[in-house]
Amino acid sequence: MLEKKKDADGDTSYSISVGPVHPALKEPVKLNMSIEGEKVTGVDFELSQVHRGVEWMGTRRNPIQIMFLAERICGICNICHIMAFSKAVENAAGIEVPARASYIRTIAAELERIHSHVLWAGVAAHELGFDSVMHYTWKLRENVLDTIEYLTGNRITKAIVTIGGVRRDIHEKQVPRLKETTDYYLKSFDKLGKIFLKDPVVKSRCRDTGILTKKEALVTCAVGPTARASGVRKDIRVDETYAAYPELDMKPMMPDMVTGETRGDVYDRIITRLLEVKQSAEIINDCLNQMPEGKIVYEEKIPKLLAELKGVEGEGTGRLEAPRGEVFHYVKMVGEDSPYAWKVRAPTYNNMLAWVPMLMNEQIADIPIIAASIDPCMSCTNRAVVAGKTSSILTQENLHRLSVEKTRKIREALK
Amino acid sequence: MITMQKELFRQLFKRAFTNQFPAKHAPKSVNALLEAVGKGKAKLNPPVPVPENFRGKIAYDKNKCIGCQLCVKVCPANAVVFKPKEKKISYHTFRCTFCGECVNVCPVKCLTFTDEFLLADYKKD
Repeated sequence: MLEKKKDADGDTSYSISVGPVHPALKEPVKLNMSIEGEKVTGVDFELSQVHRGVEWMGTRRNPIQIMFLAERICGICNICHIMAFSKAVENAAGIEVPARASYIRTIAAELERIHSHVLWAGVAAHELGFDSVMHYTWKLRENVLDTIEYLTGNRITKAIVTIGGVRRDIHEKQVPRLKETTDYYLKSFDKLGKIFLKDPVVKSRCRDTGILTKKEALVTCAVGPTARASGVRKDIRVDETYAAYPELDMKPMMPDMVTGETRGDVYDRIITRLLEVKQSAEIINDCLNQMPEGKIVYEEKIPKLLAELKGVEGEGTGRLEAPRGEVFHYVKMVGEDSPYAWKVRAPTYNNMLAWVPMLMNEQIADIPIIAASIDPCMSCTNRAVVAGKTSSILTQENLHRLSVEKTRKIREALK
Repeated sequence: MITMQKELFRQLFKRAFTNQFPAKHAPKSVNALLEAVGKGKAKLNPPVPVPENFRGKIAYDKNKCIGCQLCVKVCPANAVVFKPKEKKISYHTFRCTFCGECVNVCPVKCLTFTDEFLLADYKKD
């Protein structure tokens, strides 16, 4: 499988495989690449290296239990799964969510988007070799995590959404703290913009690296910020009506708003995500101003809700925009305690296909930042093995070192 | 990275952002530190206080419990187990995911949240 080849011109090419098994990987994936010298000439990857059986577990639990199981599909973007599942069940059962609950759901989802994008910015800085930037951005992220804890009771898993509404209200005395957070991020946006977008080293590392053209993005079905950075105007928050988004004035964030052009490279993906941090802070402010009074949940008594859901027969779908792109949940109920079928599709599944055109003709040292640029739901895919006669192992540290060295060279060249 | 260098220089004069919990530096011997704390010679840094309505360890009031089993029905992690003889429940902290659905569903409010979150222990209960 991994071998040294010689083509007709006598050039030697190697096969290199990245992944798949690493204890830190949530969704292990294996990338097989052919390389000639430093250049990547062929990319292929194998999915489904691990099967957790979450959906199977779901068909043995009642909808209230599944909500919290769904929340644990992803550690970073967890509210999108619980919301998409609730939406699918509400769709199947014909339950209407009260207006105030929709607004609270929107606020929680946007707080999560801020935390996810700022976390990603830190990871990107780490992959480029700027570790102090990584710690700085993660320090900025603490504010939103504390606010989430203040609002929902825990820092990461919010458990605020329930079928037919939300479980916790936003009280009058909590509003100032939320406003403080949004002000903090509107202010930090300028700082982050300066650090990431004005810096010449970051620019030369990311500009024209890992290009995904608009056509390729459409062919590979890329979603979320990855697609938007390539010029595809696609945002489920605008395209589909859910939560309070139809009542808000918003449009998809595109990189050409800042630079005036769309190249679809890593730099554009940074711009898109940073713009979305600002947009999320503005959405939260709008929500707080517009939020109506009223009920926060369709049925307060959980046993009554469960009894009602038991009688439901039919199918439902839930589609929404997670920080990484579109999340899709499908539920089929047949009048039993637990659903007959439950299917989940997370955004990384779509975005990973975009790795193929992105990684083509790039250097090995650029693999970490390109792989990270789609914000894959995995902490590190950058562990590689080179096999062949002269076998050596490219570990995560080696790859990271290559990336850091390239940054240093560029910095010296720019001096 | 001039912006970043300015920021880093500013950080030099600021208080550390991290809460150094439980001690400022890793002690040479944990037991020696704990002994010193016991004698009152050393102090531990407290953790960052938790906000109101924090979802921490769940407290169970056995006397109030009526054995309705609603919490068993809604628990996503099977952390609540019913004991048919006593008609009471037993709650397994190590299985709990702290979603708080049992606290919401309990008709007599015998299950409540506490602020406790440091749950590492040698004993399962």
